[in-house]
Amino acid sequence: MSQAVLSVAGLRKRYGSEEVVAGIDFEVQAGECFGLLGPNGAGKTTTLKLCLGLIEPDAGEIRLLGRTVPGEAREARQQVGVIPQFDNLDPDFSVRENLQVYGRYFGMKKKDIEARIPQLLEFAGLSGREAAKIQTLSGGMKRRLTLARALVNDPEVVFLDEPTTGLDPQARHLIWERLKSLKQEGKTLLLTTHFLEEAERLCSRLVIMDHGRIIALGSPRELIAKHIEPHVVEVHGPGFEAWAEKVRPQAGRVEIVGETAFCYAQDEEPVVASLKSEPELIYLHRPANLEDVFLKLTGRDLRD
Amino acid sequence: MGTRIFAAPQLSLRFVHVWSRNLLVWRKLAIPSMLGNLADPMIFLFGLGYGLGAMMPAVQGVSYVTFLAGGMVVSSTMYAATFEAMYSAFSRMHQQKTWEGILNAPILLEDVVLGELFWATTKATLSGVSILVVVTLLGVASPSYALAVLPVIVVTGLAFAAVGLAMNALAPNYDFFMYYFTLVITPTSLLSGVFFPIDQLPGSLQAAAAVLPLYHAVALARPLMLGDIPQDVLLHLAVPLGYAAVGFYVALVLTRRRLLK
Repeated sequence: MSQAVLSVAGLRKRYGSEEVVAGIDFEVQAGECFGLLGPNGAGKTTTLKLCLGLIEPDAGEIRLLGRTVPGEAREARQQVGVIPQFDNLDPDFSVRENLQVYGRYFGMKKKDIEARIPQLLEFAGLSGREAAKIQTLSGGMKRRLTLARALVNDPEVVFLDEPTTGLDPQARHLIWERLKSLKQEGKTLLLTTHFLEEAERLCSRLVIMDHGRIIALGSPRELIAKHIEPHVVEVHGPGFEAWAEKVRPQAGRVEIVGETAFCYAQDEEPVVASLKSEPELIYLHRPANLEDVFLKLTGRDLRD
Repeated sequence: MGTRIFAAPQLSLRFVHVWSRNLLVWRKLAIPSMLGNLADPMIFLFGLGYGLGAMMPAVQGVSYVTFLAGGMVVSSTMYAATFEAMYSAFSRMHQQKTWEGILNAPILLEDVVLGELFWATTKATLSGVSILVVVTLLGVASPSYALAVLPVIVVTGLAFAAVGLAMNALAPNYDFFMYYFTLVITPTSLLSGVFFPIDQLPGSLQAAAAVLPLYHAVALARPLMLGDIPQDVLLHLAVPLGYAAVGFYVALVLTRRRLLK
């Protein structure tokens, strides 16, 4: 018996001549943080909206919390919290009123909402700001209030569409800590991001999407192990191309991008050793990360 | 698929949450909003009623200001419903993304559209009733059947709120609403007997007026405010209610097409 909180099979969505979601399958298990990664336009947000029953699929099956979506999406959303890509807090209301009014949309009783507000504010680091107008909040505070609002119904699953895009590092780290504590509480998280660091820190499993298709699936570690050499040496400076040609036989895979040579190697020793005799070259030796996997699989071309 | 776009609305009391959200916002600005809603029609009523009326003989046996009062109550109801269902609803749907936030909760689009319909009707009713109260207190209108004007105001609000929400679903931006005002609302107020009896008009225009919801609202409100019992009450209620029902469904289908695709 599967513990899948969300299962998606053969999902497709077309806008005009473009197939934005081109036949995807995945399952999200209870209690995991599952990531949807991909460049802009890969179909991540459309996938989230389809799973919430907010838009109509052209084909495919979706089950969320035992409900068929979109047919029973409303019932499923009773147990779901959503953090949209762009904050849609109610600008006509204070912080407290935003939570009060949002709780009512879930059919919650006034006293149950009131009882929950102090802990939600505390969780969001907004205690003492109940009466603040939305316009007076910083970007980070708005994002935290959006997070608190998404938790007003104590959901089993939280959908997060690029939760930290546009935030400064402090605000981003705070959101990450909060998401980790939600994971601790046993909540299931479904997250889209193009922040690879975010996915690496938070996601137990993830898929990489491009052009509406899933091109890789696994844990961050598995994906790195499967798709990329463990060591990366980035080299730039005068004569880096000549050096790259010289070292290519021992370096594993060498990729030249603009003014930098990227060496992906099983064994970094010979590469680093050869750099000792090239004082002009500047280099950075680091372990491979999800970003390397991402760029390898989705290419380095700009997506606008 | 796409069939869900045309599916019958799943109506429920959930619309109350959407309605009361708007009420909560309005309560913060209630007094200036009420005064604003009242000022414009009163200036029209007394400006035209006494200014123009001074040069006129009795219209249908009463002074012009008394004649005009019956039309003014329902035409300002029409304006208030239309403004709320277009400009204000468009802000919530398009600018502020309030609807998007609501739809992430267990609320359906029909709940949102119905909540907005009833909200615009509520504001329109407040507007119509406040004018009714003022003209009745000033003795311009008869108090005998003043209470019976209330349902007329409500059905007028429903009809124009529903059509306004359909326009809202089609609007690419705020400018679009000007076309609707110029091409629909202004001719409607001129053809429906608000300012003058429509038997002044050529026969073809009189026939056209008979399909306009405001014409039917005027046909009820004016005699009631003169202290008379109107004729063909069921017909005059049925036409605006028909606009409300069909308008709601069309608004829902168009909004689904806009937001759920």
